[in-house]
Amino acid sequence: MAIHIIDRRLNPGGKSLENRQRFLRRAKSLVQGAVKKTSQERDIKDVLEGGEVTIPLDGMHEPRFRREGGTRDMVLPGNKKFIEGDYLQRSGQGSAKDSGPGEGDSEDAFRFVLSRDEFVDLFLDDLELPDLAKRKIAQTESEGIQRAGYTTSGSPANISVSRTVKLALARRIALKRPSKEEIDELEAAIAAATDEDERAELVLRLEKLKAKTKRIPFIDPLDIRYRRYEKVPRPVAQAVMFCLMDVSGSMSEHMKDLAKRFYMLLYVFLKRRYKHVEIVFIRHTDRAEEVDEQTFFYGPASGGTLVSSALQAMHEIVRERFNPSDWNIYAAQASDGDNSYSDGELTGLLLTEKILPVCQFFAYLEVGESGGSAFDLSDSSLWTLYERLRNSGAPLSMRKVSERSEIFPVFHDLFQRRDTAQEKAAP
Amino acid sequence: MTERLFEGADWDFHTLQRITDACEEVALKDLGLDVYPNQIEVITAEQMLDAYSSVGMPLFYKHWSFGKHFAYHEASYRKGLMGLAYEIVINSSPCISYLMEENTATMQTLVIAHAAFGHNHFFKNNYLFKQWTDAEGILDYLDFAKNYVMQCEERYGRTEVERTLDAAHALMSHGIDRYPGKKQLDLREEEKRAGRRRQHEEEVFNDLWRTVPKGASKARTAISLERRRKLLGLPQENLLYFLEKSAPRLAPWQRELLRIVRHIAQYFYPQSQTKVMNEGTATYVHYRIMTQLHQQGRITDGNFLEFLGSHTNVVFQPEFDDQRFSGFNPYALGFAMMQDIERIVANPSDEDREWFPDIAGKNDVMGVLRDVWANYRDESFIAQFLSPKLMRQLRMFHLHDDPEERAGIRVDAIHDERGFRRVRRELARQHDVGYIDANIEVVDVDLSGDRRLILHHRVIKGSQLNETDAKRVLQHLADLWTYDVALIEVDGSDKVLREYVVSPRPITAAA
Repeated sequence: MAIHIIDRRLNPGGKSLENRQRFLRRAKSLVQGAVKKTSQERDIKDVLEGGEVTIPLDGMHEPRFRREGGTRDMVLPGNKKFIEGDYLQRSGQGSAKDSGPGEGDSEDAFRFVLSRDEFVDLFLDDLELPDLAKRKIAQTESEGIQRAGYTTSGSPANISVSRTVKLALARRIALKRPSKEEIDELEAAIAAATDEDERAELVLRLEKLKAKTKRIPFIDPLDIRYRRYEKVPRPVAQAVMFCLMDVSGSMSEHMKDLAKRFYMLLYVFLKRRYKHVEIVFIRHTDRAEEVDEQTFFYGPASGGTLVSSALQAMHEIVRERFNPSDWNIYAAQASDGDNSYSDGELTGLLLTEKILPVCQFFAYLEVGESGGSAFDLSDSSLWTLYERLRNSGAPLSMRKVSERSEIFPVFHDLFQRRDTAQEKAAP
Repeated sequence: MTERLFEGADWDFHTLQRITDACEEVALKDLGLDVYPNQIEVITAEQMLDAYSSVGMPLFYKHWSFGKHFAYHEASYRKGLMGLAYEIVINSSPCISYLMEENTATMQTLVIAHAAFGHNHFFKNNYLFKQWTDAEGILDYLDFAKNYVMQCEERYGRTEVERTLDAAHALMSHGIDRYPGKKQLDLREEEKRAGRRRQHEEEVFNDLWRTVPKGASKARTAISLERRRKLLGLPQENLLYFLEKSAPRLAPWQRELLRIVRHIAQYFYPQSQTKVMNEGTATYVHYRIMTQLHQQGRITDGNFLEFLGSHTNVVFQPEFDDQRFSGFNPYALGFAMMQDIERIVANPSDEDREWFPDIAGKNDVMGVLRDVWANYRDESFIAQFLSPKLMRQLRMFHLHDDPEERAGIRVDAIHDERGFRRVRRELARQHDVGYIDANIEVVDVDLSGDRRLILHHRVIKGSQLNETDAKRVLQHLADLWTYDVALIEVDGSDKVLREYVVSPRPITAAA
């Protein structure tokens, strides 16, 4: 009898993927709710790590006709002391009911694991990048260069040697250009020839061959081919994200934490849209410096507050390293709103003249102490300034946050699909 | 000395080939088994999870519920709550066995013996499988079903198809013929039939018919109740069959989908009726083969001990007051009964002679067992062959739990002379699928009136339907029927216990 043994391990996996997607699609609203809920309980660092979610089984239930209740008979193994006619006490209500450990059908919640991508997709599903097409249409695309076959004219740097040689060879064969071996052979025959007549004949043939060789060049200008290039528009697939933060003494740990959470969300969001995302951390007191992430969030610093210094630093970095036609530039500034009074004018000028024209998006996040009583008071100096700028038409997004739980709603609000949220005027 | 099949735990495909050959030799020569050709496939854990979610079949149509099962299994597997099976075996010809790549060489030997010979023999010879399944055709049929569902989705939209399948799945447990009909099921014929039907529709299609004015419908003379029920083939317990044939407003493709779900339910019907026997047979076969290979010196003592370790785990039966207890383990009960039969045939006591005069001392162990495997299902198998000795050994007892009884749960019978027969009958009944599933039938349709479909549920021992589930299933049923559906629960004396009436959701009118 023939026995087939087959190795299926190399078969493409993910056979259930489509069923899984169907399931997720069907349960979308439920899963989305669960994702948001789960993400609030989590640390922002692993907020998007995927993982387990629980959804109510209600919409996902597969009903069957099931019987329950009534008198029950059962045969069990392992009798130790019972004899016929004994009575066993019922232990509590319905504890004798065996709830099958099946598909969790007997429970009202269904737990399963989402992959990281699925999680992020659901998490950011109803968000999109702000529509800046009108301002930035030239910058979102740049010209790229792409090979496109060969051409007979071009610059010497673009000569395609292999193609040229190939054509030359074909031509030489076609025109029967004598090869070097042929000539060598003939010369050897002349040297070895004893008979004068024969020798003269051979020399004549050699002359003919040499003349032919001269007439048919090894490489003719006809053979030369150049690599041809075509220009193609290419969307900019990279973004840089500037994190600006006030680290002066008035910023508490709590405030920094809020800012950090916001930056994280922005990073994840950009990461999903662009192949390559760079982050630049700029912290400032009364002077600004570019730092690494660790220093940015945890490094000690003290001093006064000059917001313009950070904007100036950002401007310089953009000029040096991030050409706006190659990069999508996003910036988020977090501050408690303090700024020295005299700095206001310079800040406003820098922002409107230098920063905003190159940015896709600029968000200002004003963070406050937990409890948020400060917000009942009058607006901070920075807020007042920015609000004035915005009212005069500068494309600024600004929000106030004082609780961790507000971060996501605020983020969500900023990036909400505009068609659904047109009427929601920003505060 | 004979050559060893393998050393240590490692294996490669040559080892598998040697193992299979060795198992085959024992299975066919010593045990006299009769099997389908074998096809052995090595798969990964992920592929095993895939197989889990499509009820163990290698291919299946797409449906969200399988995705749900996959998500569930994956979650519990990742957390380590659930181990995966060592193998999955498919009742098809050739008989496909999936082996996990993680298994050691000993485990591969065990599962080849278990699945490729034990289960395989059972599938090929048991009367239920012969009667209800078409091993040759099943894989082609599933392929057809998969493509058909896909085509329907393209033509009629995913939501429509999904809704029909949801409804069909809800009724799946009541889409089974329990009594054999005139014709053997031929799944290959099914596929051709669907193709022919479609072709015929295309050939006779003429758009002009749409424009022909409809005459006033002729008033039908009322026909008698008896006549009407007969015309509709009532009472009918196969709800899916009834809908496929008689639901007034289903589109042809919807009927075909119901038919597909019904055929698949029917294919699995024998498996649910023979869990104890099927596993018992396979376990007994692997035990015999492994022991034989060890005796021949083809498996080392160490490997044999490894086998005994897993074998013992498989046939472990916790007692009722054990935390791990969750009913009878079909492997344990089945294997114990097979071994017990072996003992009765080869080495009977006086008690056995009295209880089993037909087989006691007959001495042809494999002959008797092969006969048992071919001609019984769990219920009849237990009712016939559970011996007093085994009942004593497992210390079985029967509890009767009547909620009306204030004193508590009564111990009705135990493993003694007075109780043997009652315990055995009760255990057999626990394994009778016909007794476990709710007994629901279509009894009447009010064709001349509001077309209400009337079903009866015969309540046994006061056990009624779960209300929420029943309503949901009935909703699906009503959506397919497109008119009201009533389900009446009646007890043995025709007293009405409860009545459900469900109307179809309006959206189905589009169908």
